[in-house]
Amino acid sequence: MTAVQAALLVMVALPAAAGAVLTLTRTHRVAAPIAVATAGLTTALAFASALARPAVSYPFVAGADFALQVDALAALTVPMIAAVTLLVLVFAARSIRQSRSRFHGLMLIFSAAALTTATAASLPALLFAWEVMGATSYALIGFWWRDSARVSAGLTAFLTTRTADLGLYVAAGAALAGGAGMGLADLPAAADPWRHVATAGIVVAALGKAAQLPFSFWLSAAMKGPSPVSALLHSAAMVAMGAYLLLRVEPLLASTGWAGPATAWIGVLTAVLMGVVALGQRELKQLLAASTIAQLGFVVLAAGVGTVSGGATHLVAHAFVKALLFLTAGAWLSALGTEKIAELRGAARPWPIVGVTATVAALALAGIAPLSLWATKDAVLTAALESSGWLYAAGLAAAALSAAYAGKILWVVWRRGPRTKVRANDAGRISAVEQAPLVVLGVGAAVLGVLALPPLSGVLADALGGHAAISVAGLTVSAGIAALVLLLMLRLRAPEPRWALRWLGLEAAAHAVVVRPCLALARALARFDDHVLDRAVMALAAAVPVLARAAAGADDDGLDRGVEAVAGRVRRLGQVARVPQTGAVHQYFLQTVAVFTAGGVIWSVYAVMG
Amino acid sequence: MLLSVVIFLPVVAAGMLLAFPALSNRAASWLWVIVAAIDLALIVGMWAGFASNSAAAPSGIVDGIAYEVKIRWIPTVDASYHVGVDGLSLPLIAVTAVLFLAAAIWSLREQKRPRSYAALFLFLQTASIGTFAALDLILFFVFFDLSIVGMYFVIAGWGHGNRRRSALKFFIYTFVGSLALLVGFIGLFLGSENRTFDMVALAANPPLIDSPLAAGLVLLAICIGLAVKTPLFPFHTWLPDAHTDAPAAGSAILAGVLLKLGTYGFVRIAMPMLPDAWQRWAMIIVIAGVVSVLWGAFTALAQTDVKRMIAYTSVNHMGYILLGLGAAGLVAQADEQARAIAVTGAMVQMVSHALLTGSLFLLTGVLFSRGGTYAFDRWGGLARPAPIFAAALGVAAFGSLGLPGLSAFIAEFQIFTGSLQAAPVATVIAVTGIVITAGLFLVALQRLLSGKTQVPNPAEEPANRATNGRHAGVVSPAEPTETGQQPARRDRNVTTAVDDDTVSQATFKDLHGRELVATVPLLVLSIMIGLFPRPLLDVIEPAAAALSSLAGR
Repeated sequence: MTAVQAALLVMVALPAAAGAVLTLTRTHRVAAPIAVATAGLTTALAFASALARPAVSYPFVAGADFALQVDALAALTVPMIAAVTLLVLVFAARSIRQSRSRFHGLMLIFSAAALTTATAASLPALLFAWEVMGATSYALIGFWWRDSARVSAGLTAFLTTRTADLGLYVAAGAALAGGAGMGLADLPAAADPWRHVATAGIVVAALGKAAQLPFSFWLSAAMKGPSPVSALLHSAAMVAMGAYLLLRVEPLLASTGWAGPATAWIGVLTAVLMGVVALGQRELKQLLAASTIAQLGFVVLAAGVGTVSGGATHLVAHAFVKALLFLTAGAWLSALGTEKIAELRGAARPWPIVGVTATVAALALAGIAPLSLWATKDAVLTAALESSGWLYAAGLAAAALSAAYAGKILWVVWRRGPRTKVRANDAGRISAVEQAPLVVLGVGAAVLGVLALPPLSGVLADALGGHAAISVAGLTVSAGIAALVLLLMLRLRAPEPRWALRWLGLEAAAHAVVVRPCLALARALARFDDHVLDRAVMALAAAVPVLARAAAGADDDGLDRGVEAVAGRVRRLGQVARVPQTGAVHQYFLQTVAVFTAGGVIWSVYAVMG
Repeated sequence: MLLSVVIFLPVVAAGMLLAFPALSNRAASWLWVIVAAIDLALIVGMWAGFASNSAAAPSGIVDGIAYEVKIRWIPTVDASYHVGVDGLSLPLIAVTAVLFLAAAIWSLREQKRPRSYAALFLFLQTASIGTFAALDLILFFVFFDLSIVGMYFVIAGWGHGNRRRSALKFFIYTFVGSLALLVGFIGLFLGSENRTFDMVALAANPPLIDSPLAAGLVLLAICIGLAVKTPLFPFHTWLPDAHTDAPAAGSAILAGVLLKLGTYGFVRIAMPMLPDAWQRWAMIIVIAGVVSVLWGAFTALAQTDVKRMIAYTSVNHMGYILLGLGAAGLVAQADEQARAIAVTGAMVQMVSHALLTGSLFLLTGVLFSRGGTYAFDRWGGLARPAPIFAAALGVAAFGSLGLPGLSAFIAEFQIFTGSLQAAPVATVIAVTGIVITAGLFLVALQRLLSGKTQVPNPAEEPANRATNGRHAGVVSPAEPTETGQQPARRDRNVTTAVDDDTVSQATFKDLHGRELVATVPLLVLSIMIGLFPRPLLDVIEPAAAALSSLAGR
């Protein structure tokens, strides 16, 4: 094993091991420093492996190695995950005050799983990390486990994503059956129809994790977790990994013919509908959650139309933007005690650094030039235009919606006037340790757009596959739309229709269509089990004594009586036989004569007839 | 010779316990632990020897059997004392010894007639290991039935609730099943060319090749016998009652070891000895497996009693094994490699289920010893007074629902990937089972661990309930709040609210001492298999490949 391979292994094993130790022990004092140090080291290793591009693999189960590889796509994504983890953990070092050890431990395990997901080169490795990521997200969303509703939110998240994960199990089976092996890069070579099965399975799993339609509702529930959790899981890592997987298997999608357009349309529809949902939210974190799904819709669109480089840059830039916004939401939430957007009036003013960085992120989210998402989003839209005008138009609508919901937050937090009181106690302070990561993330949110602009866009397109060309007209159009919509939001009130506020009723639908029928079926089957199956067995068993009694009866009344009857007859015969035995000799002579006479008669009759 | 020592050491120790009544109860309990530990150490030694040899030797079942002993026993029917281990039996023998050691440690403080208890478990250990090691049908049958007898006395003598009835139900049901098995064995004997009960000879030269009808009937008898023991739908109804009323250590052995006698019978007897019939009826086996998967999962979801719930998940987990084994018989549909992977997965599932369900049953024993009930609605918020218990239960539950990093994932992943090619529709249906088990375990964790701390008073619990905890309807988790409608409770408020809420917590003592030593190693083993499966797979895979090619003849 070479040094760079060791670096890759340590990069995923170190946070996993440190996280496991922290989770299982109670070291509240040193938990945060240990976690930050681990994340720092991991980040350094992540950058090192991004440069060195190592690959390792060890035998796992038959016919499938546990393979990790840092290719060009992972080289772009892995440092992002590690860096955002580090920044979020620095922020959380102060903001999480309860069960620090468990919190930091779980965050580290999660980041290890996310890094493994990003570097996975074979289906077993992917599925392994993918499911561990889901389980830690359950534990993190339900971090405040005394509140049952939060645990339920974690449960919703885990069950929804696991339902989609079934696709990966099926895909693994299809890969084996298709004969191409379990390597992600080998899947396009699998035999039909297994190649299509594998594709469908992977697409379903990815859409579930990325909270795309129709799975989106779990992310809304997931907002019950702590804000730093949302900043990592629901911006940079877990949800993003869903879209990332589609980028990773883009050659497979392209090879099938149907998967590309299908994912493209699901992505763009999600971007539009979730944009509307985001616009209709009244709470900051809910708005951010919906907007995350919408922004990842662009990445899914990118995978569908085949621009891996465009999708990857959008993914990375969005991670910085959204992590920053979630952390800000958490800071305001603890300082002001509210996350209702209406009550955040003027929230940007008391803490200028927080306010300014959040503004940068919101402007980037809106797509204002020259900030990051403006360029990256347009890289995706340019590629979409090449495959279909309708896709482009829908994408533009989604872009306009992002400007609208970004404006909805932005204007409120800077508006003057009566505002919610800052909490008097310690909670009302936002410390320097908390503000520093915001600044770093803010810089990223501002400048990462260069990845999607020449000359870097060309380099990335060569390395990842995608479209290097940037259309100046497209960039101008989207910048203009963004600026216009953002300004309009100063005047307009965002529509908040009920169906948007309730996330299109997706969760209610899932309950009505899946959850309740399943529970009803479970009850019915359990009742059948107790009242029919078990009863039948017991009845069968109860029939045995009945049969036994019948047999005993037959024994007593039939057989035994028969035997006794025979015995009675015999006794009677004996009595009859005793009658001639009188003891008188003359009677015996008489009997002898009678017998001889009868014998003689019979003999003569026989002789005559004979 | 070593293998015979491993088999009979426990029963000899049991005899000593009964022969020397002067031995104190405490000494008896410790003697049990020591004997179980020695047995395990011997098996570890056997494993080391086997693993170092297996690279060169053939793979097992018909040749390459290690530690083989064959002594004439009933020569008129060619039955002999024939034992040995290969890649199929060794992992199960090892996990059996591990579970019996855990049970011994768990029962160190047993108050009720500890000497007889220890003797009974030692007797059971001999019967179980003997069944796995047996290479003769009559020997197999004798050990198989002795295990039923032993478990009957464990439940009837040391159980709770409606123990006599449950024990009787268990005994009669599984005993009747074993009679079907015996009929099957006699059929194999009569159908064999040389009139033998020797399992190696029967597998090498399968009987009834030319008479598909007779072979089908013999397979039917054997399958019914094993299905009762495994148990598979619809022969499973003895299981929840037996588990609910058995003592914790008894439940762990029942689920961890005795159920495996059934599944092991499929791989050791049914598949290699009746390959033709197995292939012909493989689809039925697959369907039986899938029905058990779903039936077990759904009925478990509806239970209101922790122990019954876990008992039903056993039906679900055993269903996966049958799915994999059935798929291995679908020779026309799948290639050799996929079928071998399915069999490997089924074998790993046996080991994994033993570890995880064994630990789950021991952990529910903690509930009963503290509160005298398994009912979900009597417990709550246990993570607060008992964080170690909560962590152990969490790990075991996530393991059981198939989370990667624990052994069940290695098993189920291989079963699914190996079976998909052979039986695509059935496999896809079966895969949904892992979502239902995920749901039911998470709901169970939530009910027991989160929310307000609630500990029942054992004195108030009806210790001898007339009826078992039949389901009374699903208690769904707290309905998720309408998303986006209500503000989540404010972050900092919650922490203070929790600090204010001082519920009595002194009454629930956390996992400690012998409880910890008995359960944690099971979970650690499961995690080791989950992270580094190769040492186990290196033993199983050659035998699984040999089995799938024997079944594919």
